[in-house]
Amino acid sequence: MAAALPAAHGGDLTRPGQHTWVHAIVRWVFIATSLAFLAALLLAPLATVFAMAFQRGLYAYLESFADPDTAAAIRLTLTTAAVAVPINTVFGLAAAWAIAKFEFRGKSVLITLIDLPLAISPVISGMVFVLLFGLHGWFGAWLRDHDLSIVFALPGIMLATMFVTFPYVARELIPLMQQLGNDEEEAAITLGADGWMTFFRVTLPKIRWGLVYGVVLCNARAMGEFGAVSVVSGHIRGLTNTMPLHIEILYNEYNFVGAFAVASLLTLLAGLTLVIKTAIERTGYRRRR
Amino acid sequence: MSFRKASILPGFGLTFGFTTFFLSVIVLLPLAALTLAAASMHWSDFVHVVLSPRALGSYRLSFGASFLAAAINLVFGLIIAWTLVRYEFPARKLIDALIDMPFALPTAVSGIALTTVFAHNGWIGRFLEPWGVRIAYTWLGVTLALTLITMPFVVRAVQPALLEVQRDLEDAAETLGAGRIYVARRIILPTVLPSLLTGFTLAFARALGEYGSVIFIAGNLPMKTEITPLLIVIHLEEFDYQGAAALGVVMLVISFVVLFAINLLQAWGRRQQVRAAH
Repeated sequence: MAAALPAAHGGDLTRPGQHTWVHAIVRWVFIATSLAFLAALLLAPLATVFAMAFQRGLYAYLESFADPDTAAAIRLTLTTAAVAVPINTVFGLAAAWAIAKFEFRGKSVLITLIDLPLAISPVISGMVFVLLFGLHGWFGAWLRDHDLSIVFALPGIMLATMFVTFPYVARELIPLMQQLGNDEEEAAITLGADGWMTFFRVTLPKIRWGLVYGVVLCNARAMGEFGAVSVVSGHIRGLTNTMPLHIEILYNEYNFVGAFAVASLLTLLAGLTLVIKTAIERTGYRRRR
Repeated sequence: MSFRKASILPGFGLTFGFTTFFLSVIVLLPLAALTLAAASMHWSDFVHVVLSPRALGSYRLSFGASFLAAAINLVFGLIIAWTLVRYEFPARKLIDALIDMPFALPTAVSGIALTTVFAHNGWIGRFLEPWGVRIAYTWLGVTLALTLITMPFVVRAVQPALLEVQRDLEDAAETLGAGRIYVARRIILPTVLPSLLTGFTLAFARALGEYGSVIFIAGNLPMKTEITPLLIVIHLEEFDYQGAAALGVVMLVISFVVLFAINLLQAWGRRQQVRAAH
């Protein structure tokens, strides 16, 4: 959005009514109200994360990462994102190619279905996998007989994460590729390039910023998801605790330095996500929905 | 008419096949499991779960707090969007980028941070305590968490609409003697109204399902500060899968109704835009 935000002033002083004291007061009230609202609701919580994490100094902060359960939570979150994000990226590219490059019946239904996980409560997103693979679920008995576990284990966490992050890359690429059109791809095919070559040499360079944008948002959600993962994880320390779940455990044990230390990492990740997002918007890339 | 129009581009079979297969496995099959689990219940059991006093209490809180949070964002979102679009002030671009923070920040982090700030000894909570205002562990806290989580929706929906407002129209109206309030009501409001309502509904929909940030600040007392998603989790933890599925289906149906409303609002907004262009 930042790139789409033009300078506000643009010749304001020549406009009627712009120089009166009433206007000055209105302007001041609007800016003050906005800043006060954001300071209380957004900036104060962000500052608190770091104030709480460092309340016993740098050493205590760093030491909280030496806890093997915290280290395990960080590893699990990275592993989960490393699986879920690439799979959903491939899915997003495939879905965007099918939807943007071809005309077929039921296309709008398909687009709606892809967006579905965004409309569903994270708790429900996790619960569906418990109903399928939990001990009393559809495949529960079969999984137990074959000594397999999905719920309260790594596969369940990955499935729930994939479910909630499912639409992110696709919904960024579909409108982008629809708008860019097919002319260049059709020219490439006519000139003898095969499908993969057309994709890698023609399409990919055109959509690269949209792709990075979608992947970055997908990754932020994958690493930060709480509700869906909480339902399927079983909260086994050192085994099925992701970073957000580990924050909950430490917080409920009144280990505030530990909880906010982990939270500070996720806050930095969110900040990095916004920096990349803003940088992409500065290139002139604009979201299409 | 055949299923798809002819095209010289390759890859339809592969990409369409993968898309529908993956969609079915990851999203549709699990959602079918939810619907079937609820459908396998006896009708009276279903009603017993979804209309129990505890469930009704949770709907009241979830709907009330979500509506209030969306309404707060309707007002402040419009003010913030207006400020960002129309006024120049220090750190304007930085604040514009920060608006998306609630989407990027994990909900658990928002939850514990907000609880700490608004607890009775927190940075802001300590100033409210003498006035008898308690936010953490009350419904006010639930509303506040939902307000933070859904804050970007209204701002981001209204910003592009405000940029579209034709300032020459405003100038013309003022030259002809219209006051600022008249201009706001007759020129600015009609242009931004569809996006304002879309932002409101998106915020409301997201707030209804929110879990992570709320459970830390809510206190989670049955009938008082227990949101519906939490009640689902409680059913699951007691291995009452059917009860959880029944409440899940109720929430699912409500989300679809809200989603439908959003689509209607967006279609209305596009029609307004077309009308304004002529």
